[in-house]
Amino acid sequence: MSQPTSRRDLLKAAAIGAVAIAPGLTLIAPAAARPLGTGASAANRWGLLIDTSKCDAGCTACVDACKTEMGLTGHDRPLTDSQYIRKVDVTDPASGHRHSLPVMCQHCAKPPCVDVCPTGASMKRADGIVLVDRHICIGCRYCMMACPYKARSFIHEDQSGQKPDNPRGKGCVESCTLCAHRIDAGGQPACVESCAKDGRAAMLFGDLNDPNSEISRRVSTEATSRIRADLGVEPAIRYQGI
Amino acid sequence: MNMLRAVMLALLLGLAFVASPVATAQAGEAGPSFPKAQGSCVDDPATMRRHHFDFLTHQRDDTLRAGIRGAKYSLKECVTCHASTAANGKPVPVNAPGQFCQSCHAYAAVTIDCFSCHATTPQTAEAKP
Ligand code: SF4
Ligand code: SF4
Repeated sequence: MSQPTSRRDLLKAAAIGAVAIAPGLTLIAPAAARPLGTGASAANRWGLLIDTSKCDAGCTACVDACKTEMGLTGHDRPLTDSQYIRKVDVTDPASGHRHSLPVMCQHCAKPPCVDVCPTGASMKRADGIVLVDRHICIGCRYCMMACPYKARSFIHEDQSGQKPDNPRGKGCVESCTLCAHRIDAGGQPACVESCAKDGRAAMLFGDLNDPNSEISRRVSTEATSRIRADLGVEPAIRYQGI
Repeated sequence: MNMLRAVMLALLLGLAFVASPVATAQAGEAGPSFPKAQGSCVDDPATMRRHHFDFLTHQRDDTLRAGIRGAKYSLKECVTCHASTAANGKPVPVNAPGQFCQSCHAYAAVTIDCFSCHATTPQTAEAKP
């Protein structure tokens, strides 16, 4: 297998890849694996559409799948154990109408976590996925305070038995990566997969920048909302039924 | 900086040899011993020995921040090839005493930070997406 060896080669390969795919972007299926050696592209904007009318309070398929996929082991301390997805149960006090909705990092287009991070560890990839670069995170937790969605967790204990695709250790902040490792391989997030299989099929993953993707079609033809849209951080996670 | 580090390492290793010729001779070997990996490495062993940390540090930024996958030097691939298998069929962590990463780092007195976060055994079949 011939692999690019230097940074320059990698960049060249990335540039060539981008030129080659740019004219025909809409022809590419949203979940096609990106060719090896090419980076995340601003041509994509990965997002989720979650239909909370299907979601019910008893179901935790997405949360469980996330914990398994990402190797999130807890210490039976619900207040501080890492959680990438929470099921939030809300009741309208006037009508008594109840919802249960999964809330994860909303992969904000204007992420406050990135704004406040003093080290540059909180960062947004070209395709809109917001990540923590744990190599340089100092664990100050400013981002946890800044995040309006309570999406981030701090790791308080030494870790072992991590998943190769989700390195994680004591002293760093972490949150949902939208399963970037799966997306880069052409897959979809573990929560979406398990919601379809074991849950209520309430979640749809796709490219909001691709007008032909199912998520874009539904977002443009059906009523959807974003949590606290008034904050203007432009989340990539959209909901129906709230 | 890297040059400095290399020189320091060389000095340290040199000093170790000079200071303890007896100990080394008694142990009956000139360096650390560890289980050999199957197959061939992505680069020649001398280059890897001298530069693996630079390769990994550089590529981690490309992978995480730019999302570039499948480049040449991957810690995950290091672990895949270099973790040995115990008698019970379970993989042995690469940072366990006497294993590939740990034996050399103990010999050179260099702490490995990688494995406070990174997996020390290969992806198991059931964990694959
Ligand atoms: S939801 Fe929170 S952690 Fe995620 S991008 Fe927005 S501010 Fe950052
Ligand atoms: S905890 Fe880490 S990612 Fe969050 S603001 Fe501090 S350095 Fe940045």
